[in-house]
Amino acid sequence: MMTAQAAVSAVELRGISKFFNGVPANQEIDLQVRAGSIHAIIGENGAGKSTAMKILYGIHRPDAGEILIRGDKKIWSTPAQAISAGIGMVHQHFMLAGPYSALENILLGVEIANSSAPLLKRAFESLARPVDRKGAKARLDRLADQYGLRKIDWDLPIETLPVGVQQRVEILKLLYQEASILILDEPTAVLTPQETEELFSNLKKLTKDGKTILIITHKLKEVMSLADEVTVLRAGRVVGRRAVADTKVEELASLMVGRKVNLKIEPPSKPVPRDPVLEISDLHLSTAPGRARRVHPLEKISFSVRGGEVVGIAGVEGNGQSELLQVLLHPRDFSKRNSASVAHATGSVRCLGRVTLNERTRLRAEEIKLLGVGVIPEDRHREGLLLERSMEENFLLGHQKRSAFSSKGFILRKSLRESALRAIEVYDVRPRVIDLEVEALSGGNQQKLIIAREFECEPKLLIAAQPTRGVDVGAIEFIHRRILEAREKGAGVLLVSSELDEILALADRILVMYAGRIVAQFNRGEASEQVLGLSMGGAHA
Amino acid sequence: MTFLRSRIFRSLQPLLAVLIGLVIGLLITRLAGENPWHVLKILINSAFGSRYDIGMTLFYATPLILTGLAVAIPFQAGLFNIGAEGQLTLGALAAAAVGCVFPDIPWPLAPVLAVLAAFFVGGFWGFIPGWLHAKRGSHEVINTIMLNFIAAGIASWVTLYVLKNPESQNPETKAVGAGYLIHHFQSFGDAPLSSAFVLAVVAAILVSVFLWRTVLGFQLRAVGQGESAARTAGIDSGKMKIIAMFLAGGLAGLVGVGEVLGNAGRFRLGFSPEYGFIGIAVALLGKNRPAGVVAAALLFGALHKGTSDLDLETENVTRDLSLILQALIILSVSAVGLWDWFNKGRPMVNGGRT
Amino acid sequence: MTIKTYVSCWLLLAAFLVPCAFGADFKVALVLDKGGRDDKSFNSAAVRGATKAKDELKGLSLKIVEATDDNAFESLLRSFAQRDFDLIISVGVSQADAVKKVSARFSNKHFVIVDAVVEAPNVQSLIFQEHEGSFLVGAIAGTMTKTGKIGFIGGMDIPLIRRFELGYGAGAKHVNPKAKLISNFVGVTSDAWNNPAKAKELAVSQYGQGADIVFAAAGASNSGLFDAAEEQKKFAIGVDSNQNWIKPGYILTSMLKRIDKAVFDACSDDLKGGFNGGVKRFGLADQGVDFSVDEHNETILPREVRARAEKLKAEIVSGKIKVPDYYQKKK
Repeated sequence: MMTAQAAVSAVELRGISKFFNGVPANQEIDLQVRAGSIHAIIGENGAGKSTAMKILYGIHRPDAGEILIRGDKKIWSTPAQAISAGIGMVHQHFMLAGPYSALENILLGVEIANSSAPLLKRAFESLARPVDRKGAKARLDRLADQYGLRKIDWDLPIETLPVGVQQRVEILKLLYQEASILILDEPTAVLTPQETEELFSNLKKLTKDGKTILIITHKLKEVMSLADEVTVLRAGRVVGRRAVADTKVEELASLMVGRKVNLKIEPPSKPVPRDPVLEISDLHLSTAPGRARRVHPLEKISFSVRGGEVVGIAGVEGNGQSELLQVLLHPRDFSKRNSASVAHATGSVRCLGRVTLNERTRLRAEEIKLLGVGVIPEDRHREGLLLERSMEENFLLGHQKRSAFSSKGFILRKSLRESALRAIEVYDVRPRVIDLEVEALSGGNQQKLIIAREFECEPKLLIAAQPTRGVDVGAIEFIHRRILEAREKGAGVLLVSSELDEILALADRILVMYAGRIVAQFNRGEASEQVLGLSMGGAHA
Repeated sequence: MTFLRSRIFRSLQPLLAVLIGLVIGLLITRLAGENPWHVLKILINSAFGSRYDIGMTLFYATPLILTGLAVAIPFQAGLFNIGAEGQLTLGALAAAAVGCVFPDIPWPLAPVLAVLAAFFVGGFWGFIPGWLHAKRGSHEVINTIMLNFIAAGIASWVTLYVLKNPESQNPETKAVGAGYLIHHFQSFGDAPLSSAFVLAVVAAILVSVFLWRTVLGFQLRAVGQGESAARTAGIDSGKMKIIAMFLAGGLAGLVGVGEVLGNAGRFRLGFSPEYGFIGIAVALLGKNRPAGVVAAALLFGALHKGTSDLDLETENVTRDLSLILQALIILSVSAVGLWDWFNKGRPMVNGGRT
Repeated sequence: MTIKTYVSCWLLLAAFLVPCAFGADFKVALVLDKGGRDDKSFNSAAVRGATKAKDELKGLSLKIVEATDDNAFESLLRSFAQRDFDLIISVGVSQADAVKKVSARFSNKHFVIVDAVVEAPNVQSLIFQEHEGSFLVGAIAGTMTKTGKIGFIGGMDIPLIRRFELGYGAGAKHVNPKAKLISNFVGVTSDAWNNPAKAKELAVSQYGQGADIVFAAAGASNSGLFDAAEEQKKFAIGVDSNQNWIKPGYILTSMLKRIDKAVFDACSDDLKGGFNGGVKRFGLADQGVDFSVDEHNETILPREVRARAEKLKAEIVSGKIKVPDYYQKKK
């Protein structure tokens, strides 16, 4: 049944529902995307936006509902069918084979995807038919020209190209496959502001040529500057559809969260200078000789964090931030004396008055934690939580030796339970089911649980890495307040984030990290997003 | 369908798997020309039909409890111990060696010494791959397999050249001193069921308390569950892995107690019909939990005993059916586990951003 | 329900089930060693003898089982003894302890053990003079070797196998004082009786060292030797059963150990009520051990070699030649 619309929608989802383990991920999703428009899908973590897109792309099969592409009903069971119908998707984690050249990566995808023949037959076909590299390259260059994308050196191994370029390769791959409907999943998560800007202008050029773009994001500012229309999901359902011209950030945020959200945090009071809690001087890190796995080197890193201040480290991911955190937390792993270490660190680090790293001393991670260091790790699933364990056990993690929770080597289950219950109440972790496995929690609640755990013992140094990544708007607000509260109480905070907004809102001082070095330093209010973005891209290096 | 995904169902899965395996196995006997119902009756009768049968079932279950634990503990710490066979071989050898070298030590000091020897020598054999993994990053699976061979070599050498029993045709050591022999349960007829069974059950209880009630156990499980998270929380993952492997080796070594002090009175080469490897199946079926391991070990013990009489009571079913049944059960456990994995895998795909 | 009633329920059930399977009067059980009935060697020989008894003797039924592990022997023996079996035959040294235990417990049942001595009134121990038979095949090898080197592969380094080795070497030296013997053993666990791959490896290595005739006493592992002999175009000597047929043209002869005959006799004696406990020895005199000649090796084993062996046999039987016995040497 046709709707009374003048033009047929490029993509239409009707009443799509999908259940996992009986839990609804999507319920009666309706979505209409005009041909030639940019349509944003926004929602909190776990709102079902990725599921909806994966259904559209053929990865999941809907339990109910139908998919219409240009008015035709489609049922597909594999992405290959979606691809041949002109749908392409750029995943958040690029699907590229590192050591192969950019060209090979594109051809790889096409060889396999562009046929609906059985896999074995396809394999034989592609073996039998020599690949016309020159022709392919010429065609790709023409495509780049046509859509106004910057040229790419097709012969370089893809892993040596900057992320922004890799993303361009992914997009060109879709164009090469003659996709007319492009789905982009969180495309800006790994980009500098400048790269983001370029991406957006590229996407706009694509729509001028009639391509339709669906973009999944949780960054409302990007929706406002890029999209024509926006569909908001919450808890698996569509809760709103707006033309971007008719809405405001605040309205979208409230739709996403289901309540009014205060997006602006009152600027914190001036920092009260206290003793340094973290002093790093002349820290170097280099891959140990003979090791195959390369570690991003660090060079001449020196800075300190005082009690009562937030020091933000800005930078595009992969510029040595992870390595810096690892060295701070596990100095032993980077010792020359440790024959298993993949990299060696030199220089010195003092934490809360104790030397944790110099030529002679390397404290164990356990000792560092016990000094009073709280850690919100970068990757909360891998480093922060035991996903298959209960909230209670996760709350204990890292505090198992504190006298509050153990005595003579045995866990004090009663006091653990009491503290855990209190903490999830105070830090508003939902649902309040202490025996629930953590993997069942939403991203925001998982992060709140980590914060509950790390803040419970009032750390004097807090290392917070990407504390709001993948966390919904409501939780972001909550987490930011907690970090500032800790600062008020006198804790020093080292905030590592690739979100400029976050750094600008929280940090008293901002250090910019690029290629393993601190390349710029600003005080609060000294730097604009533009200036920071340039430094992050290496302009000051 | 929701029942199939519920928690209750997940905990019943191993049971279901056993049933599926048993049913398929019995149907195979049908193909061999037997009445499956009849076969099942023989199985049950042979495993539990008399005190002696029950005793034998428990006797076979004893080493399997220990090797099951020896696989389950490292598994909780994220390691796969394929070396229980070597660990139990050396543990048993150590118990026998102590008993041969100091035959005059009186009861009860003697068995205590032998138990300690079995535990620590087995433990040492587990410690080696644990240490190599933690400090050198070499893979424990390969190392434990290799150490099995070395253990077998050491055991042969000691048995044939150092402690050989000159009286016997069989490759075995001299008898241990009389003070070493441990209590036999009289109520099970002549079944060689000794206090070693009690030791194994107590070990399972202690392991359970250790893993779920102590700080060390918590840390060990944390490493197995998420090594990065455990390390970020300040847990020394290498140390935990070494402890896990040491304990595993020690428990496997205790198999020697039942065999040497409770059964043969000496070390016999090849006494173990691959208890160490069946232990892997036991741990898998028991979901790596001590209570589950005990239950699974009893099941495998009963199967082992039960199938031994099949050969004797039927025309067409041989001892190989025992192996087929065991394999089928393991297969169905893995298949059901796969199902679990499917159900778990999907929502995480769905979960979106991380 | 008390344990007693529980147990008796099961026993009732068992009693109900058992008669379905068996109906004959005199019941014989044969418990094989771990090598299994297809080892083409001593387990096979026992099976042959017992099967012949079943076929030829009226009113005799037979049940054959194989043990899974060392602890299963006792369990199996006990199961048979508890049921209405009259004669239980155990094959192999590893069953000695189990037979000893179970026979003491069931003094009204008759037991036979092959290859080991268990001293009990209701146990008949069948012992073979392996050294005598080995002496003869050793003499054959010593006569026929061109390189002056002969090989021996034992299953496991145990006195029983040493007995083969010693007799074999003595036989070779008796006819050919310069003959050199190369000896190896397959393994140290019971797996050694069932590891043809290892036996083949040893055989290839012995042939490589110049041996041109290799004798193996290694149960089912023997087939590895035969493969090697065929590949290397050299000679092998089989053991226990007549193995000449396995690789005709490469197996010079087999040292027969007539377990089949001994087992058959034990069955027939007991059936007639003539069961005697104690040790029964089988040697060259009563053809309990021998070397084999049949259509498979007639062409490769020259007449004069055969004649010489027959002559030696007579000399041993008459006591003119004393064959060294490893068992005696040890004491």
